[in-house]
Formats: sequence, C-alpha cells, structure tokens
Amino acid sequence: MTEEIIIAGFGGQGVLSMGKIMCYSGIVQGQEVMWMPSYGPEMRGGTANVTVIISDDRISSPIINEFDTAIILNQQSMDKFESTVKPGGTLIYDPNGITRHPERKDINIYRVEAAAEAAKMETTKTFNMIVLGGFLKIKPIVKMENVIAGLKKSLPERYHHMIPVNEKAVKRGTEIVQEVQKV
Amino acid sequence: MKELRLMKGNEAIAEAAIRAGVDGYFGYPITPQSEVLEYLMLEKPEERTGMVVLQAESEVAAINMVYGGAGAGKMVMTSSSSPGISLKQEGITYLAGAELPCMILNVVRGGPGLGTIQPAQSDYFQAVKGGGHGDYRLIVLAPASVQEMYDFVELSFDLAFKYRNPALILSDGAIGQMMEKVEIGEQKARLTDAQVKERCPWATTGKDDNRERNIITSLDLDPNQQEIFNEKLQAKYKVIEENEVRFEEIQTEDAEYLFVAYGTSSRICQKSIQLAREKGIKVGLFRPITLFPFPVERLKELSKKVKGILSVEMSAGQMVEDVKLAVECKVPVEHYGRMGGIIPTPGEVVEALEQKFL
Repeated sequence: MTEEIIIAGFGGQGVLSMGKIMCYSGIVQGQEVMWMPSYGPEMRGGTANVTVIISDDRISSPIINEFDTAIILNQQSMDKFESTVKPGGTLIYDPNGITRHPERKDINIYRVEAAAEAAKMETTKTFNMIVLGGFLKIKPIVKMENVIAGLKKSLPERYHHMIPVNEKAVKRGTEIVQEVQKV
Repeated sequence: MKELRLMKGNEAIAEAAIRAGVDGYFGYPITPQSEVLEYLMLEKPEERTGMVVLQAESEVAAINMVYGGAGAGKMVMTSSSSPGISLKQEGITYLAGAELPCMILNVVRGGPGLGTIQPAQSDYFQAVKGGGHGDYRLIVLAPASVQEMYDFVELSFDLAFKYRNPALILSDGAIGQMMEKVEIGEQKARLTDAQVKERCPWATTGKDDNRERNIITSLDLDPNQQEIFNEKLQAKYKVIEENEVRFEEIQTEDAEYLFVAYGTSSRICQKSIQLAREKGIKVGLFRPITLFPFPVERLKELSKKVKGILSVEMSAGQMVEDVKLAVECKVPVEHYGRMGGIIPTPGEVVEALEQKFL
C-alpha cells in the first residue's frame, strides 16, 4: 500500500499539523512516512500545503506529479490541485469559502463541512481533525487507535488534555463526510 | 526496539550531533537550515552532554570557531546554506591546509548570489572541487533521506578524524525541510581530555614535558617544504579514494539505461524508474553516496552494460562532468536538471530520458 496525499489550504488551518498526525499514525503502525511542506516566505492567511506519503515500502520521490488523494481547504488550492488528482483518485474538500466546486468527472469527490462543524465544537481549532476524520472514513489507511497514539506523539504534553476533544472531532468528521461523486 | 521519531532533516542533524558526543556547534541562521541551530538551542545540549552551541556574529566567525575547536582536537561542526557556505570558504581551505577534522553541513539552496531559498544542487563543484583556494579536497557525503542525515553525522566525524580532514555533508533544502521516520541511536559520551589527547596527538591540548610543541598552521614559506606537504595531502586523498567510496544501486541488474543522481534527485529518479518501467523502459539508478571520493570504478563497470546514462541534478550540470570522466566517454552521457530552486518531477525526468535516448 502506498498513499500519496496533498493537503492544501490557508496557513493557520492546521494543514501542516494534520499531515504530521497522519505521519505519526503511520509510524505507530510500522509504516514508512514522508512529510514535505511547501516552504517559503509564508504567513498566516497565505497558502500552505504539504505532501504526505504513507507506504508499506521504502518511499521514493517526495515530489510527485499526481496524487491519490487531494484534501482541499480553500479556493486557491482547488484551482491549483484539482488537476493533480490521479484519474480514479479522490478529492475531499470543505465547501466553506469555495466559489468554484470541483468539475472533474473522472475522480471520486467528497465534501466535509468541517468549518461549519468546528464552529459547533468546544474549539474551532479542531477544524483539521474533522477533515482528517472525513479522510479516514474514505481512506482508512491508518487505524483510529493509531491516530490517537499519533496525536499523543505529535502534540506537546501541555496540550494532552486536548486529546479527547480532538478524538471527538475526528469521529465527527467520519460521520459528516458526504459523497458527491463516485467513479 | 529503537526509538522512532518523525523529524525534519535539519532536526535529525542536530539530534545526531548531540547523540554522537559532538563538543561544539557554531552557526549563523539562514534558510533553509535554520532548524539546526533552533533545535540545538531548544534542546539545551549544554545540559544533556555539555555540548557548546553558539550563534556566532557571522558565518566567517563560526567557521573560525570551528578552526579553533578542531585545533584542540574537539569534535566541532558548523552548518549553513549556500551563500553562507561561500562565506566560510576561507576558513574551510585553512582547515584543509591545517589538516583539521570537523563537519560542515551545506543545506543547498538555489544560486548564484543570494538566489532563492528553495532547494538546489548547484554547489556540487564548490563541495567536491575545492571551493576555497589551493589543492585540497573535502570528504563529501550526500544524504538522500532524513535517516541518512542522522546517520551521516557520526560517519562524517569518523572519517574526518580517521584522515584528519574536514568532512562536508552536502544536503539540500528538500531533505532539510522534509520529515521522515528516524531511528534514533544511543547517546554517546563526549570524549574526556585524556581520550582527546590519545586520539589527536597533534592537537593543541596543552604541552606537557613528554612532547614537543604542537603547531596548527597552514603556512610554510619554504616552497620545498610546502611541496612536500602538498604531496602528503595528495597521498592522503588517494588513500581516501581507495578506501572510502560509498554508493547505492537500484534496479541496475537488468538496466539498459542508467540514472546517476544523488540526494533529492536520486529520490525523484527512484519514482522515475517505476514510471519508465511501466512503459517498458529498463532503467536503473546509480546513487553516489560519497561525492568525494566519487565512485569511479563501479560506474565505469556499469557503463559497459548500458546504452546511455542520464545524470539528473538540480543544477545546470555539474556532477555530469565527473560521470563523463568516470565512463571515459565510452557511452553517451547526458544531463537533465532544473535550476533556481525548481525540483524536477519524476515524469519530467522520464520525458528527458525518452527525448535524449529513445
């Protein structure tokens, strides 16, 4: 199994940390992982994206032409990455702030209304965990118990009291993800 | 089971340095390698092992602090990215001229000049052909993963002390910034003063009655003596070339074409091999791990059974010259690369292979 993922959105949405939690979860279950951020003079509110690869085998290129899954969290990222999903691949997006919805007919498309759902939770910072839940429902490449173990490893100890809230957010994500198109 | 962590390449270098028992790090921040200094500052290695971590006033100051520490037989290192490594060149040639062991990390970014902060491999010539003035060589290691960033710290110090020669880790912004799984090694104790004296009888460790004064210098005004010294250096480099060549081969057994690539480019080529083989093109990868000494012999052998070699680098074509020298022009050698901080995609590399050879 090799899953090549791009996660893209605004800086501050938790794009990079979502990728880290996926990687830690992969390590917990004995897989190879790679996390490659776009780095540069980026800032809060600017665009941020990260390539994550989780595999049973040695990982080759950190730079890839086409992704198995694109997780898209703003319009700029939709414009940039919709075309990079492999035919038959998967696009998951939050429709919040999206003015042009995905148009491709040859990929699986799912929506997860994470921003709207996060507003109902204790803290809106769980936004990225709701998205992660949506992804894991569609692509259960890491087990839920390993996600919790991954969270413990990636969060500094002073935030460990937040783990139950995050766990709840991941579970909520699995419940609210909706199929838009299946090929 | 060993401890596994998710780390950036730059963080892996820093943790490996603490664990290898390094005595001192002297640096100055520059993207894309500032995490080395940041990680070391956060980890407080002065509390863990007594290691000194110092942000110098400039790159020039940092490399000269390395000169001082290395002269005393200590395990010392510095890190920077391309423009900063250029600033360090005077110090590096002095280190080579005084035969001082140390480790220098270059997390390469696009140039020339200030260039860009994105990854490149355009410092190959600078790393393997000199960089500073005079006939000298550095031992140059090219990691292609975060694990190798970690592992090559100790390896580079072992080689540096074995040969009394500066070692350079030639990385790039991609490997510095990416995170991968790293197996963390045991904590090694820093050497005691007595151990330093035993390992480095040449070092300025304080003269006692049992020996002559040790002098650390790269200056000898007598040309006859200077030539003898240069011959000694060249003989040392020859021994290094005979004994320290390291490389990796991927799917070369049945290969009709060969990629030659190091670092990030070699990772891209691994994916390109998969894409090319799906199209029926039998291609393999030869990855030099040591860039000096360059793996000449094995590459020459491999060249006899392939129809063409594509050297893939994030540069205008630098290593390709060494590839051509190694295979003595007996097989066509071409270059493919992107510049200025652009990383080629695996698909582009396959297209280049098809355009140049098929």
